[in-house]
Amino acid sequence: MTELIDFISNNLQMIYIVILMIFVGVEIIGHVPAVLHTPLMSGANAIHGVVIIGAILVMLGADPDNILAQSLGFVAVLLGTLNVVGGFVVTDRMLEMFKKKK
Amino acid sequence: MEYIFSLEFIYLIASITYILGLKMLGHPESARKGNLIAAAGMILAILGTIFLYQGEVAMHIYILIGVAILIGTIIGWAVAKKVAMTKMPELVSLFNGMGGASAALIGLIEFHHYIGNTISIVTILAGIIIGSISFSGSMIAWAKLNGTLNKPIRLPKYNILNNVIFLVLVAFATFMAYTGSDSQLYLYILFFGALAYGILFVLPIGGADMPVVISLLNSFTGLAAALGGFLYGNMVMLTGGILVGSAGTILTFAMCDAMNRSLFNVIFGGFGDTDATASEGGSSTIKGSIKKTTASDVAILMNYSQRIIIVPGYGLAVAQAQHAIHELEQLLINKGIEVKYAIHPVAGRMPGHMNVLLAETNVDYDKLAEMDDVNPEFQNTDVVFVVGANDVVNPAAHNDPSSPIYGMPILDVENAKQIIVNKRSMKPGYAGIENELFYNQKTSMLFGDAKSAIQALISELKGM
Repeated sequence: MTELIDFISNNLQMIYIVILMIFVGVEIIGHVPAVLHTPLMSGANAIHGVVIIGAILVMLGADPDNILAQSLGFVAVLLGTLNVVGGFVVTDRMLEMFKKKK
Repeated sequence: MEYIFSLEFIYLIASITYILGLKMLGHPESARKGNLIAAAGMILAILGTIFLYQGEVAMHIYILIGVAILIGTIIGWAVAKKVAMTKMPELVSLFNGMGGASAALIGLIEFHHYIGNTISIVTILAGIIIGSISFSGSMIAWAKLNGTLNKPIRLPKYNILNNVIFLVLVAFATFMAYTGSDSQLYLYILFFGALAYGILFVLPIGGADMPVVISLLNSFTGLAAALGGFLYGNMVMLTGGILVGSAGTILTFAMCDAMNRSLFNVIFGGFGDTDATASEGGSSTIKGSIKKTTASDVAILMNYSQRIIIVPGYGLAVAQAQHAIHELEQLLINKGIEVKYAIHPVAGRMPGHMNVLLAETNVDYDKLAEMDDVNPEFQNTDVVFVVGANDVVNPAAHNDPSSPIYGMPILDVENAKQIIVNKRSMKPGYAGIENELFYNQKTSMLFGDAKSAIQALISELKGM
């Protein structure tokens, strides 16, 4: 129990962010026309590619002699990149088609 | 001044771009710019993380990171650019799975660095479970949308079985965290257990519900990324992850709403499945008979109409008839006929997917009418042309309380003067129920594949 309370007091800033971000996410998505549900989902999909930052940090902190950790880290960075690049490019392709004809 | 070049500041900027980007994605005019802004923030965050890292790093690690990013960029870019617009939903699922796998791998590597710190271990184990479920679930969703796996597969008592497996996973993780075990064997048992659960979780769900599942798994991956952020005290992972987690959850509910279903129902309900086989033979509940028509009759009818509304559905997407329907629309407009598309929120293979498909063929954005705007217009419409849509135009949603789709918002096409329905056969739609619209006095059925039927219409109309 003390561990939990220590944790909360030590990480108050992060807890604030979590709570506020939950509300921001809810507010942002409210009242979006159904037309944009697919691009929006795809865009959100690209944004959670931010997990690549964690993968890069794993690699940067990896023991230079630990082959297993490096291999797994390499795959993690690769997959994260796929998520980011593929996600943003596909969303852009979808939205490119929404531009009005003039 | 130096602060501007610090990693914290870069992460702050990146976090703002995600919020701004998502916000702009919600409006048709700003959506594309919003996506680019978020992408720019992501690039900034990645570069900052690599080049502003404090600590000794061996050269070959930098090279490995560079190579991984290069390969990922080339493959991701090529796949995203090449894929057909009708294949979009499965691609989103695939990329989502990649993110989930990445999150799970991070947990696998970091596990033994944090032994003894219970809170961090809990974070890591939760990240592994959620990331793995997201990965294997997304792969199954991908296979289902792809058509590789086209039938829901159900183990006996699958609901109970799945819940038991999930509880066992959580209990096992709790046990690992509580005892502070550093066993690699346990870690991998947890990892593969979560992968198996992801598969079993998605397998029983029907292909038409996959968009909801993908949206749900999307928010799972967001959560997994946020857990990584918690572990490292990394603000950009935390903000990005939580943002997607909460936005994705709301989006999931919005999609369920549009289909008049609860999330619970999607995951645990075998909706319409048992009835589908039973009702295929007997249409005894609906009186009347269907009227078949031909392309030339429909062409004549359209030629002498003033207002036509096209209702595109799943069948149009499957037949890839979006270019054909646009050609038909142009032809009719050139004859001085007013043409509009009525888009049901869940038309196509994903909410909003139909709009993307039609936009691809340069259909004017203004011609795509949303359900609530177009419904009052049907009574002044001469011809409604329903292409491959079924449940979204089924009047049972209004007047048959016993129907599984009762209460679902539909397009009121039965108010129009004439209704032409193009379908491949009389097979019921996704809900597995009969559609009395087809037996309506005003309805004529034009059987055939959407693409060839529309092309036949076009050549008839051109000859007039």
